[in-house]
Amino acid sequence: MSRRLFSVRELPTIAPRGDSLIEITEKRDGAVIVLQPSGRIDNDTSIAFQDRLLQVIGHGTTLVDFTGVEFISSAGLAALMTAAKQAKAAKVGLACAALNSVVQEIFAISRFSRVVPVYATAAEGVAALKG
Amino acid sequence: MLVRFWGTRGSLPAPIDRNAVREKVRAAVLAAQGRSFDGPESVDRFLDNELPFAAAATYGGNSSCVEIAGTSDEYVLCDLGTGVREFGLRVLHDKGPATKLRFNVFLSHVHWDHIMGFPFFPSAYIPGNVIRIHGCHKVLREALERQQSDPCFPVDFRNLGATIEFVELEPDRSYDIAGMKVKPILQYHAGDSFGYRFEHAGKAVVYSTDCEHKFQVLDESYPFVAFFRNADLLVFDSMYSLADSISVKEDWGHSSNMVAVELAQMAGVKHLVMFHHEPIFDDRTIDTILAETRRYEELSRNGAKLTVSSAYDGLEIVV
Repeated sequence: MSRRLFSVRELPTIAPRGDSLIEITEKRDGAVIVLQPSGRIDNDTSIAFQDRLLQVIGHGTTLVDFTGVEFISSAGLAALMTAAKQAKAAKVGLACAALNSVVQEIFAISRFSRVVPVYATAAEGVAALKG
Repeated sequence: MLVRFWGTRGSLPAPIDRNAVREKVRAAVLAAQGRSFDGPESVDRFLDNELPFAAAATYGGNSSCVEIAGTSDEYVLCDLGTGVREFGLRVLHDKGPATKLRFNVFLSHVHWDHIMGFPFFPSAYIPGNVIRIHGCHKVLREALERQQSDPCFPVDFRNLGATIEFVELEPDRSYDIAGMKVKPILQYHAGDSFGYRFEHAGKAVVYSTDCEHKFQVLDESYPFVAFFRNADLLVFDSMYSLADSISVKEDWGHSSNMVAVELAQMAGVKHLVMFHHEPIFDDRTIDTILAETRRYEELSRNGAKLTVSSAYDGLEIVV
């Protein structure tokens, strides 16, 4: 039996920087906000990603669902670090989920797996954050 | 140009211990089971081609000292970490004590690990030798005198036999020294540090250690992109992981392997050499980091392939 994980609102946004775009969709599952960026999070898109992530963390516990993310550079990971620091200060949860094999490798290379909790699927991440 | 690495370790020397040697011997013996060797050359081939570097050798433990040779009959060194002792012994062996020699040193900064080899540099004790120490700090002489004064060291700096001169350089200015164009750049590090770009006969080598790279977005406006532009060899401080460099070790003045790759790729560098290894890293860890960095170079590549190496004491690269 399948269970509907996400509910209520979906707010896609397009954040331009240079010639590149990043689409970030936001959903809510109970108390957890699920952010779904897609494409590459790199020099061209990391600021938009960070701005949106910080904005969302201001509203509560957040899961970043990486299902649609093809690649993340040091700039993207730095944005995630900034968010992790803000989440800690605000005493809200932050986790990542559903990394593809490339992003998994980059998390391992950067040692970011030790910075934020990483879950295999968004469902696992949401369940963990709901505690 | 020939670049020789005499010391590659960051922060302080890190000699390997009994257990590390034993682990290498064990790995080699296990890997050699069932093999036969007909002499030292076949053993060397086995060590070079069939064992990981960490099992067959070591990255070494001397602190920063890199020689750039082949541009004039004068010696050129970057930094005076403990690697300079090995360099000095080689010079003594090759030239003997009677030959009068000239040395040009470029100091990134005067933190201890970058100057602590100088009291043990044999050439500094030989009258007739000339050692010109270049740098952008105003405290070069003070730092070298201080580390070699009573009660910390038995031979006072002023009693060294060689003629020692200090030459203050300005960042972003180009100088003609030892057959090369030399240009310093200011780097982000406690008390400041300086990188150097050396150009000779159409080739460029950049020595950039003890530098933390801080940018929200890496683009062409970041000054190090131009400084590294099309370098044939970039020696780069990649002491920490990216996660450490922007969290618990932020503002400690060092950078990461991922930023190294991204900067080198953007600048069109041909060969990146990771340098200033974290002293707590053993050889296997540095092997792993090298493999990971080469993989990140593949994943992030958007143009020509960047060659990635990890510096070790004794490494020589022809540019």
